[in-house]
Amino acid sequence: MPWPLALTALVTIAFLLVPLVGLVIRAPWRNLGHVLAETQVVEALRLSLVCASAATVLSLVFGVPLAWVLARARFRGHGLLRALVTLPLVLPPVVGGVALLLAFGRRGIVGQYLDSWFGLTLPFTTLGVVVAETFVAMPFLVVTVEGAFRSADRGYEEAAATLGASRLTVFRHVTLPLVAPSLVAGSVLCWARALGEFGATITFAGNFPGRTQTMPIAVYLALERDPKAAIALSLVLLAVSVAVLVGLRDRWLHTGPTA
Amino acid sequence: MTASSVPLGHAAGARASLELDVVVRRDAFTLEVATEVAPGEVLGVLGPNGAGKTTLLRALAGLAAVTSGSIRLGGTVLDDATAGTFVPAEQRPVGLVFQDYRLFPHLSVRDNVAFAARSRGARRSDARRHADRFLDQLDLTDLAQRRPAQLSGGQAQRVALARALAAEPAMLLLDEPLAALDARSRLEVRSELRRHLADFPGPVLVVTHDPLEAMVMTDRLLVLEEGHVVQHGTPARVARRPATQYVARLVGLNLYPGTLVAPDGTVALATGGSLVATPAEPIPPGSTDVLVAVRPSAIAVHTARPDHASPRNVWAGTITGLELLADRVRVQVQGAPDALVDLTPAAVADLALRPGLQVWLSAKATEVDVYPDRPPSR
Repeated sequence: MPWPLALTALVTIAFLLVPLVGLVIRAPWRNLGHVLAETQVVEALRLSLVCASAATVLSLVFGVPLAWVLARARFRGHGLLRALVTLPLVLPPVVGGVALLLAFGRRGIVGQYLDSWFGLTLPFTTLGVVVAETFVAMPFLVVTVEGAFRSADRGYEEAAATLGASRLTVFRHVTLPLVAPSLVAGSVLCWARALGEFGATITFAGNFPGRTQTMPIAVYLALERDPKAAIALSLVLLAVSVAVLVGLRDRWLHTGPTA
Repeated sequence: MTASSVPLGHAAGARASLELDVVVRRDAFTLEVATEVAPGEVLGVLGPNGAGKTTLLRALAGLAAVTSGSIRLGGTVLDDATAGTFVPAEQRPVGLVFQDYRLFPHLSVRDNVAFAARSRGARRSDARRHADRFLDQLDLTDLAQRRPAQLSGGQAQRVALARALAAEPAMLLLDEPLAALDARSRLEVRSELRRHLADFPGPVLVVTHDPLEAMVMTDRLLVLEEGHVVQHGTPARVARRPATQYVARLVGLNLYPGTLVAPDGTVALATGGSLVATPAEPIPPGSTDVLVAVRPSAIAVHTARPDHASPRNVWAGTITGLELLADRVRVQVQGAPDALVDLTPAAVADLALRPGLQVWLSAKATEVDVYPDRPPSR
């Protein structure tokens, strides 16, 4: 192995690991339980898990059909639509939050009708958190599942058609099961992204403890007030991330030359 | 809803015949086929890769539309380009067994076979009961709980057939049914498949490029080359009187196009040389373009010019290759005309045959068949 590459790789590994190790070393292990038991922390964690899960469900319900259309339908402007849909992947989340305010804010393009017709207010509500997280995280699911739809063996769908299955039956009973591994992977990615979402959430939904204050926001605020609590909260999010990685290890960690 | 009222069997019992007269164009390729298949008849579609065999099956199954012409099954128009009729695959009473089987990997054998009934709205338990009949019929009951990945090639083939039959189609299509099997299971599955196809009441099409498969399993053969029907007839007749070099190679005959120059059966060959033939059937008057067929085992090899003049056909050549086939040696000879000759290994040893050796070939006129080279009827 050429030593300049090996050396650079070592430096990179250190760069990636040292902050995490620091987090573990500096964590207030002795009164960790005490810090985490605070109502505000428990509420933030609960809110984070509930909102990230809800955002994932929404992403599945709306993202899977979109992924199918992107993978299978051929129409003018297909490439443009695909680019637009995946834009939130590269868009700074704060910009996403501002855009969401303009669209779904009380006087937003859509928001004013939601407010006057249904009395529904999204900004600065828990539902707003879910909407912001969905906006940011759904593209991860769409991109993953679209790739799976694209590469799924169409032969099975043809076989199902010759057995009398309608297009919708084929989709539900053949195509979806075939892409199940990608559905799981996409959902986990989406959920993890939603869990860590900060910029769009704080911009669109604000920071109300118990209502819109999710873990990342709680961490950020605690850092000024009570650094030890911030470290403890960060540790919880780190644990969740590691758990996700372990859950997906078959897909990601075993990508040797044969994969 | 009981198992017997599962909404299947568009034409179970009803005996429909297939009439097709189609042109399917795809990029630069054109497939043109017209034929009829009677109820219970097994039509073999034989041809080299790229001849359009699979394209034909896909058109019949409704996975591809015809460019012009029509497909009728019984009284039903499945596809008619002029009238703009196209019945999609899921509404055609047509079963298709794919070359690679395409068993659903996420379903058990039983649920694969129950798929058609489920697709038509049967309850899971009813669909499974319905499937069990076909599993039993194809001797698959013991494998019902397995996943397709746990099946051998022969078993997967049976499951694919059971799945297609369980949809109770009025017509059955099989695409290279034995191609994915190893030689040993092929032998076993072939005779079994023959039996199941014989039991099927509707028209059956079997696509293959294996001549033995075509001879053993079908009632009639349609030979496709480059999208066109080049020969049409019973397997025995196609094997005895091939119309093209492709078929001649498949059935192992020497085939020479030529011109009939004398009423005694003397043919001037297009490739040079001439042969005296004895037609097995009278040649219709006026036919001058003919084909001459000689079995490789009907040709004798001599290292010197044979002086006893009993064989009418004697010609010189050079050995270009020797190939051991099971119990005999196939000798390739370049001459006028070229020939494949089958000898016993002992004869090859006695004559000390080797590539490059000059030899004389002889064949009795009674062993040489000649027949008109008809332009194939479309």
